[in-house]
Amino acid sequence: MGSFLIRRLAGAFVVLALVSLMSFALIWLVPGDPAAAFLDASATPAQIATLRSALGLDLSLPQQMIGWYGRILSGDLGQSILLNRSVSAALIERLPVTLALAALALAFAVVVGVTAGLVAAVNHNRWPDQAVMTAALLGLSVPDFWLGLVMVLVFAVSLGWLPSGGFTSFTQSPGEWLRCMILPALTLGLVQVGFIARMARASMLDTLGQDYVRTADAKGLAKLRVVLGHALPNALIPILTVIGIVSGALLGGAVIVEQVFSIPGIGRLIVGAIAARDFPVLQGGLLFLAVVYLSINLVVDILYAVVDPRVRLA
Amino acid sequence: MSAAEPLVGRAALRRLLRHRSFMIGGVLVLAMVLVALAADLLTPFDPLRSNIRARLVAPDAAHWFGTDHFGRDILSRVMIGARISLAIGALTAILAGIAGTLSGAVAGFFPRLDQPIMRVMDALMAFPSIVLAMVVSAVLGASLTNVVIALAIATTPHTARIVRASVLLERELDYVSAARSIGAGELTILFKHVLRNAAGPLIVRLTYVFAIAVLAEAALSFVGAGPPPPAASFGSIIAQGRDFMREAPWITVFPGLAIIVCVLGLNLLGDGLRDVLDPRLKF
Repeated sequence: MGSFLIRRLAGAFVVLALVSLMSFALIWLVPGDPAAAFLDASATPAQIATLRSALGLDLSLPQQMIGWYGRILSGDLGQSILLNRSVSAALIERLPVTLALAALALAFAVVVGVTAGLVAAVNHNRWPDQAVMTAALLGLSVPDFWLGLVMVLVFAVSLGWLPSGGFTSFTQSPGEWLRCMILPALTLGLVQVGFIARMARASMLDTLGQDYVRTADAKGLAKLRVVLGHALPNALIPILTVIGIVSGALLGGAVIVEQVFSIPGIGRLIVGAIAARDFPVLQGGLLFLAVVYLSINLVVDILYAVVDPRVRLA
Repeated sequence: MSAAEPLVGRAALRRLLRHRSFMIGGVLVLAMVLVALAADLLTPFDPLRSNIRARLVAPDAAHWFGTDHFGRDILSRVMIGARISLAIGALTAILAGIAGTLSGAVAGFFPRLDQPIMRVMDALMAFPSIVLAMVVSAVLGASLTNVVIALAIATTPHTARIVRASVLLERELDYVSAARSIGAGELTILFKHVLRNAAGPLIVRLTYVFAIAVLAEAALSFVGAGPPPPAASFGSIIAQGRDFMREAPWITVFPGLAIIVCVLGLNLLGDGLRDVLDPRLKF
């Protein structure tokens, strides 16, 4: 286990170094002068020069890079030009909202997806299987933000059951918070259900074909007991990896879904920065999301090695 | 395998034509492509011309999909939008196909280059792909070309991984040592022989990239990082309709359905291709 951990951490470190380099390099992609791109055409050369030095763009490239790595190692992602405050502070302030949205969506997607996958696998090639697979494929083909808009149309505008958007913090009123989060979490989760159901079905089919399942079957155990007691626990192990994969899609999806429902998370911060060309927020936001994603996957991989010893030796 | 032999053999083609989801997907995609190509002839109205007297008209016999706040015909806009959305999808698949094949093939065939290339791909995959595409497109400046570049950057790493995996398997086979023993160069072996045999999973992947790009373009347009107006894409029509959701939901609903038809068709096509061309992946 020790050597597995060291190898896994070393790999994560290399990727992290590259990820931060890429986030830094983002500013090179800006055609022309990033400072001039942020300010409008009426800006005086003196204003542009001030912003350039505030962004550190007047330094040489190696100096800029050393400065960037030095700052991010101490957790400083620079200053937002637009909000005139620390990017890290703005991101950390909004992280709980985005994480809560993603977590609710994940819980929904895993419960529904695994159940659907299980039903499909047990009824392999019969109608429940085909129904689940068709629904899953449809789910993979729906744009998340459009689904969100349709949800608003149906559940907020027509039926009036839930608010069409906005946000109340959990500490203010847990009930109101949940009402605000249901539609966004459903939207975000539904898009992932299809993928999880497909993977769960494949994993379950694989497990149901194993010798030990046939033995359990042959010794006369009830079918439900064989499926839930013997096959399901092992079939769930690969689902752990799926959670790692899906977490990236959920973080990205949350950014879009926050727009639809006006939820003040990291996504709104990043999208606001796109319109304003607030480059430090874009760089910091990308790096931050990547670090969150890498951390989740690190935890998932370690958990996987704990439940499945074969992984440690691979 | 001789160079003249097609990438998809006759037997595979026959199995594809009997594959139900491949055929359904094929019909859906073909219909979409035909509408996109013939949009100029098919559109009942000029998709860009506004008509103040016909603002926010609900779907009726004249305007099947209704009109928007400028009185523009939504059906015509969706038809023209199909052209831009499909073009972005196809160009992204081509660009990600080239970049992913080159990097994945080199990483898989030359062990020394494997680590450096794949770590870069891992790093790119650490960013949520939709956010990466959004930010890159916005930083480059939203234009059709830049949207394609951004989407290709976001979809290349996974493509490279798939090509690398196939090349790693092929590399160990006898025909590679046979080619080497008769004096074939490494690059010739890789690009003329190995890649041909690794093409199946790549074709499957690129069908999915096409679908992902159509979905992602819509999301990019929705957050304002898509191709700039007046170009209508599925996403930009939905984005414009958002402010009129209550009084004119049809502006939002119909282009969304068009996306679903398109992406569903591509996914079905991809599933069919996967069943026939890539026997390793079965789920």
